[in-house]
Amino acid sequence: MVKDGKYIYKVSELTSSIKVILEDSFSNVWVEGEISNFKSHTSGHFYFTLKDDRSELKVTFFKRYNENIKFEIKDGMYAVCFGKVSVYEKRGQYQFNATRMEAKGIGALQLAFEQLKEKLFKEGLFDESRKRPIPTLPGSIGIVTSPTGAAIRDMLHVLGKRFSNFHVIINPAKVQGEGAGEEIASAIQDFNVLNNVDVIIVGRGGGSLEDLWAFNEEIVARAIFNSKIPVISAVGHEIDWMISDFVADLRAPTPSVAAERVIAKKSELIDRLDNIEEKLKAIPSEIVMEYEQRLDDIEEGLLLRFKHYIQLKEGSFKLVFEKLEILSPLAILGRGYSISFKLPEMSIVKDVKKLKSGDLLETRVSKGIVKSRVEEISGG
Amino acid sequence: MAKEMKFEEMMKKLEDVVGDLESGEMPLEESLKKYEDGVKLLKLCRKRLDETKRKVELLVKKGGKLTSEKFEE
Repeated sequence: MVKDGKYIYKVSELTSSIKVILEDSFSNVWVEGEISNFKSHTSGHFYFTLKDDRSELKVTFFKRYNENIKFEIKDGMYAVCFGKVSVYEKRGQYQFNATRMEAKGIGALQLAFEQLKEKLFKEGLFDESRKRPIPTLPGSIGIVTSPTGAAIRDMLHVLGKRFSNFHVIINPAKVQGEGAGEEIASAIQDFNVLNNVDVIIVGRGGGSLEDLWAFNEEIVARAIFNSKIPVISAVGHEIDWMISDFVADLRAPTPSVAAERVIAKKSELIDRLDNIEEKLKAIPSEIVMEYEQRLDDIEEGLLLRFKHYIQLKEGSFKLVFEKLEILSPLAILGRGYSISFKLPEMSIVKDVKKLKSGDLLETRVSKGIVKSRVEEISGG
Repeated sequence: MAKEMKFEEMMKKLEDVVGDLESGEMPLEESLKKYEDGVKLLKLCRKRLDETKRKVELLVKKGGKLTSEKFEE
């Protein structure tokens, strides 16, 4: 519309022209910035703002494009997005429709974390079956951390509270920045070479993800995996999960908890010993009681047998007596028989050939003795 | 530290001894022997609890060799 020599646009007309220009000019572009106001709608579409220190750009990242993203998108992450600018005519607003996203900075770290975690998991470094028990009263405790950090102070404090006497060997290592991973790994190896500790705590206090990053490095994970001495991973705070936490024999949420876990309370150990002592002391009397009972049993058995023996013997005595009775010459005499002895030698007369007329005989009958002289001999 | 029996191992052995004795399935001589073992272990455990001294050392690399020195807390 031309009025007074001026061309005047309608709002929709202008917006439509802008749309054509913008969408034609920026149909395949890369744009990078920090993610903020990230929202994942129930529909599966993502909405967020990409910003830098001077400007902001509204971004939509539709479900069909965001489904393949492996890492979690979070505020504060740096991202590079590919897509096109589109204009929403009704509101006169433009936005960026992303079709691809790549993480940068923290995002890239997060991505690396996920990738390494998946790789080591597949290799079996996190297997529960390889996790070894942590001793409750180690002869000595190895600690890999910064000797000047908060973590070592916290741990020594907790150890002292639980058990006034303990033996700690600190192998100092840089726990953040360039080369920290290598130092931590070689400190773990040192303990394995020296073999002078029963358990190793590897850790540091809280910090940003970059500060804690060394504990997500593969070299640290492998050193923990290859350690013959059980390892406790104690990095940052409760919410910080590191690769080292997955590989270690035990994950302690903080260094202080690691110290608690590595040494039982002396009072608890004493309670346990008291309990054992009580049981042990009760045992001799139990053994004695048992043997007393067994002796009683034996005694009872013996008595029974003896009684049986006596009864048996009684029976045979009776038999013998009866036999004796039968054999007794007196009994025979009682039945009318008699026995004669030749005098003076008192030999029993069984054969008449040993007698001659005139010999003196003594004959016993059931009641009394008869003396007689031989008159005549016959038979034999 | 391999030279000495670990505290945990001693505790375990002690608890086994008590369990064996409580089961009462042992000849008298063996019971008495085990009982003596138990009493000895118990004494050792108590001693171990009392004897450990607080000691904090720091490993230092000197000429490629690791040596330990006292850690200043």
